[in-house]
Amino acid sequence: MSPFEGSTVAEGDPEGEDVESFRLRARAWLAENMPRLPAGYTNAMLIREDETGERARRLQRTLFEAGFAGICFPVEYGGQGLSRAHQRAFTRESLEYQMPTQFNVPTFTILAATLLDYGTEEQKVRHIPAMLRGDELWVQFLSEPSGGSDLAGLVTRASRDGDVFILNGSKIWSTGAFRADYAMCLARTDWHAPKHRGLTMFIMKIHQPGVEIQQINMVNRTAEFCQEFFDDVPIPASDVVGEVNDGWTVASRLLFHERDAVGGGSPFASGVAVVAAGHGGQRSELLELAGETGTIGDPRVRQLVAEDRVNQRVQGQLAQRITTGIRTGAFPPPAGAMPRLLAATNTERNFDMAVEIAGSGIGAWTHDNDFNWGEAYLNRQGGSLGGGSTEMARNIISERVLGMPREYAADRDRPFDEVRHN
Amino acid sequence: MDLRLTDDQQLFHETTRKFLESTCPLETVRQLADGEPAGYERGWWKSGTALGWTSLLVTEEDGGGSVSGHGLLDLVLVAEEMGRLVSPGPLMPVNVVTEALCRSGTDEQRRQVLPGLLDGASIASWCWGAPAAGIDTGGAVRVTPTTDGFIIDGVSGPTEGGAEADVHLVTVVTTAGPTQLLVPSNHPGVRAEKMHSLDLVRRYAKVSFDHVEVPREMVIGEVGGAAGDVEHQLQTAVVLQCAEMAGAVERVFEFTVEYATDRYSFGRPLVSYQALKHRFADLKTWLEASLATAGAAARSVDTASKSAAELVSVAKAYIGERGPAILQDCVQLHGGIGVTWDHDLHLYLRRVMVDVTQLGMPREHRERVAVSMGMGEVER
Repeated sequence: MSPFEGSTVAEGDPEGEDVESFRLRARAWLAENMPRLPAGYTNAMLIREDETGERARRLQRTLFEAGFAGICFPVEYGGQGLSRAHQRAFTRESLEYQMPTQFNVPTFTILAATLLDYGTEEQKVRHIPAMLRGDELWVQFLSEPSGGSDLAGLVTRASRDGDVFILNGSKIWSTGAFRADYAMCLARTDWHAPKHRGLTMFIMKIHQPGVEIQQINMVNRTAEFCQEFFDDVPIPASDVVGEVNDGWTVASRLLFHERDAVGGGSPFASGVAVVAAGHGGQRSELLELAGETGTIGDPRVRQLVAEDRVNQRVQGQLAQRITTGIRTGAFPPPAGAMPRLLAATNTERNFDMAVEIAGSGIGAWTHDNDFNWGEAYLNRQGGSLGGGSTEMARNIISERVLGMPREYAADRDRPFDEVRHN
Repeated sequence: MDLRLTDDQQLFHETTRKFLESTCPLETVRQLADGEPAGYERGWWKSGTALGWTSLLVTEEDGGGSVSGHGLLDLVLVAEEMGRLVSPGPLMPVNVVTEALCRSGTDEQRRQVLPGLLDGASIASWCWGAPAAGIDTGGAVRVTPTTDGFIIDGVSGPTEGGAEADVHLVTVVTTAGPTQLLVPSNHPGVRAEKMHSLDLVRRYAKVSFDHVEVPREMVIGEVGGAAGDVEHQLQTAVVLQCAEMAGAVERVFEFTVEYATDRYSFGRPLVSYQALKHRFADLKTWLEASLATAGAAARSVDTASKSAAELVSVAKAYIGERGPAILQDCVQLHGGIGVTWDHDLHLYLRRVMVDVTQLGMPREHRERVAVSMGMGEVER
């Protein structure tokens, strides 16, 4: 398979259970078995109160036992083997309920998806059902302190010693690694090869001797991101994903799934993190802010709130167009960078508009809610940096969608140990 | 273009494209600008109607028929191609009026007016006499009831094809509410005054009504009961506008990429500069987003989705803002040649700016979105 082919999940399934009967079955089951979201709460807010991930694991197990976990995953790995239409129907029905959305990104949409594509049969059987059962939360160990965008220039070392590789180095920007169980970790196994050809992807157990995890305090007072330090950590050779020194192929596939997930096109996400109960998928944070600030009748504020809605709608429409286009071959898979870019620039605009509407409440406020737009604003660029910066997205779009010449790189085709790096 | 066309739609699309390319390339558009008062030849328009341009929104009983069973989705293919070639022709007003007749016209009205519109023998305009559906159209037509009809007085807003039309669909507001009248252009007291038009081949006129007596038989639908029809007409018209703008922007983007690929400065092609590559990446993303929202709006109106009003205004607000931004950046990327008369860029800029500013500015469509979000109406 090319690392850039679209996921092979069917759009609809004429053979299996009819989507409407599935929807009704899901609706009845959810009402009977899943806890409702408290009014005004989103699943994202509940994640913040679920430090250890125990709530998410419990909810995921409930879904699994009832046959509603992994709707688009193959049956042989514990999934339901159903179509995207079934997953969309389930998500739509789930909006009023607490859902284990913590598992969506990166566990299901990125790492399980990559494992499906490149894992050995044994790896898939061992891990994918465990993820779907709620037993394994996964993270990705890709970025390093020495460089973000130049992922293939990483310097974490995995040295072969018989049946194991010995890992040394450091990874950064992994979300929630302290509560996760496994990681996909990209490390350098050949220093004499050009940078893309000396990398290997590993499955690694996170909590073990030699692994130290530090949470990073962010400007918006969260500490979800982590840095990990590896000191002679042994990884069995059977945990190599794909081929030794062909880790870049696997990583490219992983990044494709990441763009798919961030752009909203992944079939493997179930439920939505940021929709509050009672809003039927159409929540507008800026409308709520306008309500709180008493500015709903202000024509300028109305323009801003509506512009935000326009941006949200168009973002969803673009994601759908690109997903369809990649599936039909109208677009090459790197086109997934377009919804990613639009989502990021919309987020920047959304923060600016929130500041405009909130006014003095950005700088000084009296309520004790844990959410404040001013604190959130400080992390305005977060969405344009995480998951590959928007500069990288623009390179991908211009070079791999529009076919424009690639940027000059001093390290192209040179042995990595002859390349200058941090 | 929609990424999932049926085989019949693909054939229809190709036929339309080939017809436009062979009969009305940009050189012809430039000639028509000076040579034809209407901006097009009637004989050419008749050939277009033979391809189906005016029958797609009309039921088979009334002499029409669609390609795919989704007439509006077929029609947007024509609008998009017309955007790509800044084609002339009264596509929007004629289709709005044929659809209005099918929705609410009496048997007699349909029998009298539809056949001519369907085969191109006659032309219709849509004439706004009053603000409606949240859009300030510039129309100011007063309506006074009489024993068997109305007397109307005043001037319409800019009316596409108003000077060439044989019949006007006039949208007014009576004390009972929005009302629509089908008035022949040669009816006593009706006069069209040509306006200057930014577009080279799409002409506008102000239609004035000087104490015009309108019998009740000229009302389409119910007196005071046309709000639903007016809203639907607006949605259809804006869907066509958005498809046309998206088509125009897509074509300009294509030839701007070609230009920047072929053009060398300092010994390297323009598209090798990262500062320009990144701008092209933004433009491409906005273009695809424009195509996506134009398609979503068309599908929502076609299926009479309950969010159609919002999705149509979302598309107009988005493309109406991004479209001109993309085109102006394409002008910048061309350099000085981009602001010369001989370059084709301004033909597209003219067309897009006409679409942006007619049938509701992005600002007005955002206000419609605000209303659809439950923010209530603002006191005017």
